[in-house]
Amino acid sequence: MGLLVRLRPIAFIGTLLVLWQVAVSLNPVHILPSPWGVMRGIVDLLHHGLLFKYVVASLFRVSWGFSLAAILAIPLGLAIGWYQRANMALHPLVQVFRPISPLAWIPLAILWFGVGDAASIFLIFLGSFFPLLLTAINAVRNIPAVYISAGRNFGLRPVDLIFRVLYPSVVPQLLIGLRITLGVAWLVVVAAEMIAVDSGLGFLIVDARNAGNRYDLVVAGMMIIGLIGLLLDTGMRSLENMKSFRWAYSED
Amino acid sequence: MALREVALSPQRALAAKLCVNHLSMVFTRDGKSTPVLQDITLEVSEGEFVCLVGPSGCGKSTLLNAIGGLLAPTAGTVFIDNEAVRGPDPRRIFVFQERGVFPWLTVEGNIAFGLFKLSRSEREERVAHYVKMVGLQGFEEAYPSELSGGMKQRLEVARALAVNPDMLYLDEPFGALDSITRHIMRGELLRIWETERKTIVFVTHDIDEAVQLADRVVILSARPAAIQRIVNIDISHPRDISSPRYLELRDGILQQIGLAHKI
Repeated sequence: MGLLVRLRPIAFIGTLLVLWQVAVSLNPVHILPSPWGVMRGIVDLLHHGLLFKYVVASLFRVSWGFSLAAILAIPLGLAIGWYQRANMALHPLVQVFRPISPLAWIPLAILWFGVGDAASIFLIFLGSFFPLLLTAINAVRNIPAVYISAGRNFGLRPVDLIFRVLYPSVVPQLLIGLRITLGVAWLVVVAAEMIAVDSGLGFLIVDARNAGNRYDLVVAGMMIIGLIGLLLDTGMRSLENMKSFRWAYSED
Repeated sequence: MALREVALSPQRALAAKLCVNHLSMVFTRDGKSTPVLQDITLEVSEGEFVCLVGPSGCGKSTLLNAIGGLLAPTAGTVFIDNEAVRGPDPRRIFVFQERGVFPWLTVEGNIAFGLFKLSRSEREERVAHYVKMVGLQGFEEAYPSELSGGMKQRLEVARALAVNPDMLYLDEPFGALDSITRHIMRGELLRIWETERKTIVFVTHDIDEAVQLADRVVILSARPAAIQRIVNIDISHPRDISSPRYLELRDGILQQIGLAHKI
């Protein structure tokens, strides 16, 4: 029974693939490559050593942009959230920058960093920075006042208050924010690579179209992007399930 | 001697454990100031159990926070052992509603929270002692989310007692519990108070609770809170809550607050 339930999504995907294959072979007009064609495309990429190279290139950019954003945004956000005045001063600025899509920064990114890795890393950084900043600000502001009062009451020095009360209070919310933002970073990298660079999964899609309408490779690129996004999300979720954080997500 | 006003005199001030001296508090928000506490003067002696009661939102918790040093008063001073209170102090521990326990720590971790200055073996001994005192044996490794409301409340009391404070400040500690659990918890608190003899200041809006627990009940007016009256509860423990004296005291307080006897 358990096995059958677990096989259900796989069976569903399999059925869709069969329907897709049948539909494409029945339709004379080519609006979509067949799944079989996409498979061959992926094998083709593997054969030329491009798949691995492009995946690594994309992950490399995401890692840098996302990590830099996390390193800067989280401490900054925690500090802003802690100091009410800083929050009041910076709130309007953050709210103005936040809705600007990272893609709107492409011209400036190219102007400042040239065409290459740095520009796309910068775009991922921007796409990750504001969501993480807001997550950190809110995480601090949502700490119940009783935890802080209790910590002070037991005579904790400010440093201990940070490590023994502030940090454990915000970690669960930060983990959720990091997971969601990693998804955003992955969206941005693909878009950024379509313009600014000559490798990566975003580049693969644009290049496959430009160099002879290889739509099998376009769809192959899309599939791989989706699969890696799923893996990244699953990885972050497994962090949330660690025993020391589980308290935050259990029902009270 | 059943109802009496307590006047402050210098001699008494020396003897008192806690001495609140003409305390006032004004909150200022968006340029508007709201007086919350008005000239509160109160003494509590060593080992005494005092309840603060008053209508909801009157400023009882504000008074407790000022006594405990979590809030700085606008005017007046709080003295404990003839020393002015300037901030929170581990010798005097707050117990909030059960949400005050740290959800990221186990029962043991919570009780040990304030014991960071002790050696490992002393800490373990102290934790084991208080786990037993509040009846949480078998739950040492459990997280608060796995405990019932009453168990969380007992955990918070244990965490407070573990640092061996002279005083406990309880801010409506049983307010979120169901009435049966609340009843049991009062009994447990009295049992602990009788063995440990801490000085206790207990905020509640439940008049029965105050009359069941306290040596004296301080009745506060609506905001800005001022002391209306201090009632001496001259019934020995265990208290018979259907005795004429109990009902007389309770009804006296209800009347003072301006509540009718009938619903």
